[in-house]
Amino acid sequence: MDFNFTEEQLALKDTLRRFVRKEYSFEHRRQAMASRHGFDRDAWNTFAELGLLGLPLQESLGGLGGTAVDSMVVMEILGEALSLEPFLSSSLLCGSVLNAVPVTATLQELAAQMMTGRHIMALAHYEPGSRYDLAQVSTTATATAGDWVISGSKSVVLGAPNADTVIVSARTPGGVSLFLVDSRAPGLAMRPYATQDGLRAADLILERVTVPRQSLLAPEGDGLKLVEQALDTATAALCAEAVGIMDRLNQTTVEYLKTRKQFGTMIGKFQALQHRMAEMVVATEQARSMAIMAAIKVSSTERAERAAAISAAKAYVGNQARFVGQQAVQLHGGIGVTDELDVAHYFKRLTMIGHTFGDYDHHIARFAEAL
Amino acid sequence: MDINFTAEEEDFRSQIRAFIDANLPPSIARKVLDGRRLGSQDYVTWQRILAAHGWGAPAWPQQFGGTGWNAVQQYIFEEECADAGAPKQLPFGLKMVGPVIMAFGNQTQQDRFLPHIIDAGDWWCQGYSEPGSGSDLASLKTKAVRHGDHYVVNGQKTWTTLGQHADWIFCLVRTSTEVRAQEGISFLLIDMKTPGITVRPIIMVDGEPEVNEVWFDDVRVPVENLVGEENKGWTYAKFLLGHERTGIAGVGRSKRELKTLKAMAARQLVRGRPLMDDIRFRDRVAHVEMELMALEITNLRVISADRQRGRPGPEASILKIKGSEIQQQLAELKMQTLGHYALPRIEEGLEADWQGDPLMPDYPLQAPAATGTYYSNRKVSIYGGTNEIQKNIISQMILGL
Ligand SMILES: Cc1cc2nc3c(=O)[nH]c(=O)nc-3n(C[C@H](O)[C@H](O)[C@H](O)COP(=O)(O)OP(=O)(O)OC[C@H]3O[C@@H](n4cnc5c(N)ncnc54)[C@H](O)[C@@H]3O)c2cc1C
Repeated sequence: MDFNFTEEQLALKDTLRRFVRKEYSFEHRRQAMASRHGFDRDAWNTFAELGLLGLPLQESLGGLGGTAVDSMVVMEILGEALSLEPFLSSSLLCGSVLNAVPVTATLQELAAQMMTGRHIMALAHYEPGSRYDLAQVSTTATATAGDWVISGSKSVVLGAPNADTVIVSARTPGGVSLFLVDSRAPGLAMRPYATQDGLRAADLILERVTVPRQSLLAPEGDGLKLVEQALDTATAALCAEAVGIMDRLNQTTVEYLKTRKQFGTMIGKFQALQHRMAEMVVATEQARSMAIMAAIKVSSTERAERAAAISAAKAYVGNQARFVGQQAVQLHGGIGVTDELDVAHYFKRLTMIGHTFGDYDHHIARFAEAL
Repeated sequence: MDINFTAEEEDFRSQIRAFIDANLPPSIARKVLDGRRLGSQDYVTWQRILAAHGWGAPAWPQQFGGTGWNAVQQYIFEEECADAGAPKQLPFGLKMVGPVIMAFGNQTQQDRFLPHIIDAGDWWCQGYSEPGSGSDLASLKTKAVRHGDHYVVNGQKTWTTLGQHADWIFCLVRTSTEVRAQEGISFLLIDMKTPGITVRPIIMVDGEPEVNEVWFDDVRVPVENLVGEENKGWTYAKFLLGHERTGIAGVGRSKRELKTLKAMAARQLVRGRPLMDDIRFRDRVAHVEMELMALEITNLRVISADRQRGRPGPEASILKIKGSEIQQQLAELKMQTLGHYALPRIEEGLEADWQGDPLMPDYPLQAPAATGTYYSNRKVSIYGGTNEIQKNIISQMILGL
């Protein structure tokens, strides 16, 4: 048993934290959010220089072959910084699909471009009526002479407005299959929007989008398996992000309890608030344990073990995050519900994490099935 | 003991319903029901429709232009208005400053101000809280110094709801520092057009401007605008806060939200079946519905106890705590019905004329407001006295701890 991070992980954490504290202030983030792309290109380039963007990619693709624990380290810090950059949606989610398919020269080239930060990807799997059910895919891909022709709709595709390539899942005669689609392909209509926590996403409508034969990733019919695994990887990372945010909210709230005065004393002297704060810390430590568990078990080769662990973690962390987010706002009083303070923005991100890749009810059901 | 409404009360309900059916503009109701942005004019329009019918002040005695309805009738009225999607009647005039002017104001003030609360000629806002004085309101610092026939006011108020539209603000100001904090406070009515007043909107967590900061820089207020006696303002304020809390249970609105929630959950599908049939989700709805059933009866019990006692009691804190929790849970469940469609922020979807997006044909018409409302509703356990303060009131005033 060993709960220590390696030297490399500690160094990575330290470097990344120093970078975001110095270059990625809350005000800086606000400007990036309002910019055309909705994130900070310079920060993204720095991520590339620090090796972050190659971390989730395996060595056969030219990546660094990092583990899920490495990703956890990164995601905690990106959580603290409320990073808007598409690390989760591109590097982790799409990276983990690429890791799981047969290596080709095209993919190596794509991976190389991703690592430099020049190429951004997005995964388009969920559909308007699917809710969080992965198996509900109505988008179809039909083989013609030398091409595939894809038609259907995809919803809430994270990072899509900035993506160069979209991995699209579609039903083919062999099951659900994955395709690489150029985001500017004719027939692909995008409805871009900001999300409720300041990220960018889009709904897609594909009308007879034609892609060459070799755009099919992996053997036909492997799509669901790949998407599920990739989403589990990204979900483990989301748990870590949530923990990073909860840590940050706890620090900020404790600080506020020590400075805000009412009734002639700091409000942290009120036992009701002391106990609430203690509960927030308990919730965060419990969430951290589940995030660690998720980061370890996501690499399990047993699908059932992995699924149960990830869903237990997502449901559990989601519930603790909900409590911590709501209480951090509550303990700040009026200022907690303003756009001015970062607290509300952490709260919003935690809330949206709760609805990303499956909400509490979805994941507790998936976990309970495994009991 | 009987928890049913009497035949007369049911008859009263039918009259109210018929009136609302005939008079509430459908365009306004649609906005309320779908969570679209309301303009200040929407509140004014509805208030004037009610006023024209003699129902502008449902809770006021007839001598001041009110309906003279008893508490049960008022309750039925609020419930029917909420159900139909009428904009909330703004509380600042009707439930806050109005009752204070009736109880402690002089004849001139009553004649000047009360009619225009009813006909929405004056838009009122509440100037109590300050940056350093929220829960501990009695520590407020905004100062009013008397110079001849004027008070000169200096200081800052904050969290002033809808103050950007206001014609008048009622303020608690410090007129004496010699005495105990509570004893040096006065209740002033201030014209928002007076030179020296600056209003700055505060953007809230949902991105909407709702509250404001208000600065007073040598603002001259005629002494006629003092309500009651100098340095007695705290007594009046406490009187007012009791009224504010009775309305805050929001049972009528929560019943409507529960209906909307069920309708949304019936339309959303999980694995091809309505979300409302999903046992986990259904139980969540059942839990909040039970809370609401209990609160409705508690609310009626508190109303009838207040009536027997002749003034609001500390039990109002129970209504505030439960009422706010229920509103928050309902908003959260509405957001949850949407699944991953809780994520998009569709700005134009908050506008009244938004009919959906051709590129998102399955995105529900109530969806754009849902997540923002959940965010925003965190405020209901903060304003009007935080839920922690309500619990302090219960432990001190009811339990003697
Ligand atoms: C949306 C909104 C609208 C508002 N509208 C108005 C308005 O129109 N006019 C107006 O005058 N005011 C308004 N308010 C202000 C509101 O009344 C205050 O926000 C509220 O009283 C809390 O004060 P505060 O924000 O300063 O928080 P604080 O008093 O600083 O409280 C911070 C935290 O400490 C806790 N706390 C404080 N004292 C104690 C204690 N003794 N024991 C235990 N816990 C304690 C609180 O519960 C809270 O969790 C509004 C507020 C909001 C959010």
